[in-house]
Amino acid sequence: MAISVDEAVSTGPARDHTPPARRFGGRGRAVLEVALLAVLAVVMLFPVLWMIETSIKENRDVYAIPAKFFGFKVTLDHFKDVFVASGGGRSALSAAFLNSVVVAGVSTALATVLGVPAAWAYSRFSVKAKKDQLFFILSTRFMPPVVVVIPIFLMYRQVGLIDNKLGLILIYTAFNVPFTIWMMKGFVDEVPAEYEDAAMLDGYTRLQAFWRFTLPLLLPGIAATAVFALIFSWNEFVFAIFLTSSDSVRTAPPAIAGLIGGTTVDWGLVAAASIVFALPVLVFAYLVRKHLVAGVTLGAVRR
Amino acid sequence: MAGIEVTALHKRYPDGTVAVEQVDLSIADGELFVMLGPSGCGKTTTLRAIAGLERQTTGDIHIGETLVNDLPPAERDIAMVFQFYALYPHLRTRDNLAFPLRAEGLPKAEVQERVDEAARLMRLGPLLDRRPHRLSGGEQQRVALARALVRRPRAFLMDEPLTNLDAELRADMRTEIKHLQGELGTTMVYVTHDQVEAMSLGHRIAILNKGRVEQIGTPLEVYDRPASLFCAAFIGSPPMNLIEVEVADGKLRAQSGLVLTPPPNLPRDRRLVAGVRPEALEVTEPGAEGSVPARVVSAEWLGDEIIYVVDHDGRRDVRVRMPPTVRFAADAPVGLRHSGGPPPVYDVSTEELVA
Ligand SMILES: Nc1ncnc2c1ncn2[C@@H]1O[C@H](COP(=O)(O)OP(=O)(O)O)[C@@H](O)[C@H]1O
Ligand SMILES: [Mg+2]
Repeated sequence: MAISVDEAVSTGPARDHTPPARRFGGRGRAVLEVALLAVLAVVMLFPVLWMIETSIKENRDVYAIPAKFFGFKVTLDHFKDVFVASGGGRSALSAAFLNSVVVAGVSTALATVLGVPAAWAYSRFSVKAKKDQLFFILSTRFMPPVVVVIPIFLMYRQVGLIDNKLGLILIYTAFNVPFTIWMMKGFVDEVPAEYEDAAMLDGYTRLQAFWRFTLPLLLPGIAATAVFALIFSWNEFVFAIFLTSSDSVRTAPPAIAGLIGGTTVDWGLVAAASIVFALPVLVFAYLVRKHLVAGVTLGAVRR
Repeated sequence: MAGIEVTALHKRYPDGTVAVEQVDLSIADGELFVMLGPSGCGKTTTLRAIAGLERQTTGDIHIGETLVNDLPPAERDIAMVFQFYALYPHLRTRDNLAFPLRAEGLPKAEVQERVDEAARLMRLGPLLDRRPHRLSGGEQQRVALARALVRRPRAFLMDEPLTNLDAELRADMRTEIKHLQGELGTTMVYVTHDQVEAMSLGHRIAILNKGRVEQIGTPLEVYDRPASLFCAAFIGSPPMNLIEVEVADGKLRAQSGLVLTPPPNLPRDRRLVAGVRPEALEVTEPGAEGSVPARVVSAEWLGDEIIYVVDHDGRRDVRVRMPPTVRFAADAPVGLRHSGGPPPVYDVSTEELVA
């Protein structure tokens, strides 16, 4: 998950900031650099390119040997298959996408609603052993999902949350809250507490002061944080495959993985489904980049 | 309008820092009261406790007749101006000013009238439709002041409001604040670490050190008779010369033989230090009557005066303020003479004023 975000975030600026050849000395070096980067780009981007090609090839061309890079017939049938079942009606995949939207959306909203006020509290108030608490909160993210999935599975079985969207929503929220608190605390620290002080002297309660003055200034930060949380929930695979089984609950990552493994694999459908799945992430990652760069305060405060 | 009474204020932050050890203040109605002290001495904490933004650990605060210990900031009817102006960045000047009034639920016409009045007082006319980021530092601070005015609060609290301005603007704003306070007659508590600001603004000054009040007095009292060695070293630029003295035959004598006019009621058998203002000393020709030998270490030519640093008694930091007509070269042998009235005298061990 993290890798895809980082790439999406960094490609743009990295290209813009390619240093002038002069700085490194010699034209030869510059040429070498460009060549190496080009090779790297091809290696990295080829699978993506191939996925896009496969998604718009007719089945005949998908399985053609030797493989066809060019000159195949373009079709959008695979994309139609992603959403429409073969007998008409909605496909299982489209249900999975809808599940992903619900699970990722609700868990992100929950994490934001819980995490932003917590971050505000950690930023503004003196709390006993604040650093230890914050470290503890972060430490819940140290373990990779695959380590905790078995105990979670056993617990969920007891309380009937297996194969249940609520189960996924809860676990994703639990993973996103620490992240939200940490990231948002940075943004809250940036907003001077004097706004709230001034508002309280003006007749507002502390909560009103937060709601009316600090929160609006936090919106870009909240957007950026929520997008990261959304990407985590959207891409999450391990919990999803362990904790869900039925088509009506399953999210897109295990559903797409489930397309592979029968006697025949419909690669065109896999490719098309993957593209449909990846697109929102790319769009959001692009938004994150914009917000992360933007300052939070609007320059009214001089420190 | 109202006076402010702070009794035995003590503030300990949850992390254990004691920001205010013990502070007692009695601020009269309509007074411009300055709290002066070095950074970290607890000025902001005291002010925030008065505002209700910080709850004191122990002690009482009265505003007017009301005990406000348990009142939230909004119900204390005071306005505060912060070092960081805290103008709402998304609001135009006009709305920044109107904001506290709308919060009170005043009728529109009244809001308009008060905003116009404050804008006139602080000369904000052309700035009314700008947002904070399009205002200079000085303009932002004027808006912040106006924002405090519109509420017509019972008292103003100012926390180093001029620190972020450049020197010239600071002097202008100082005059403006003093004038405004006089005009409105509203009680003002003004916090600063700048002694010049404190001296020029305050009706009375409280000097704070390490969470305690060292002295409260008018600027003149504070200047003439600092209550402790700390105050003596803090007030005045350059500050007092602290010269070790002994009492001998009814005279106050430094080791070098420099004779000072003795104050009455000097205690005996204690180690004493006299606080001698630079203007109470004179650099003379060597051997002049009543002078002791000294040597010029350096001279600062300030145009309207010269500050001589002279070597006296092996200490190379005695400062003397002289008119610009009296000139001695660096390293020149000179005489040093006391020319003022009796200096304040301090006990070395208690660091307090004894005579
Ligand atoms: N919220 C806080 N928590 C812990 N210590 C604090 C807090 N605010 C201030 N302090 C400490 O209290 C002391 C006094 O601070 P302050 O009142 O801001 O001093 P001043 O305004 O005179 O510079 C300082 O040592 C400061 O570090
Ligand atoms: Mg302060």
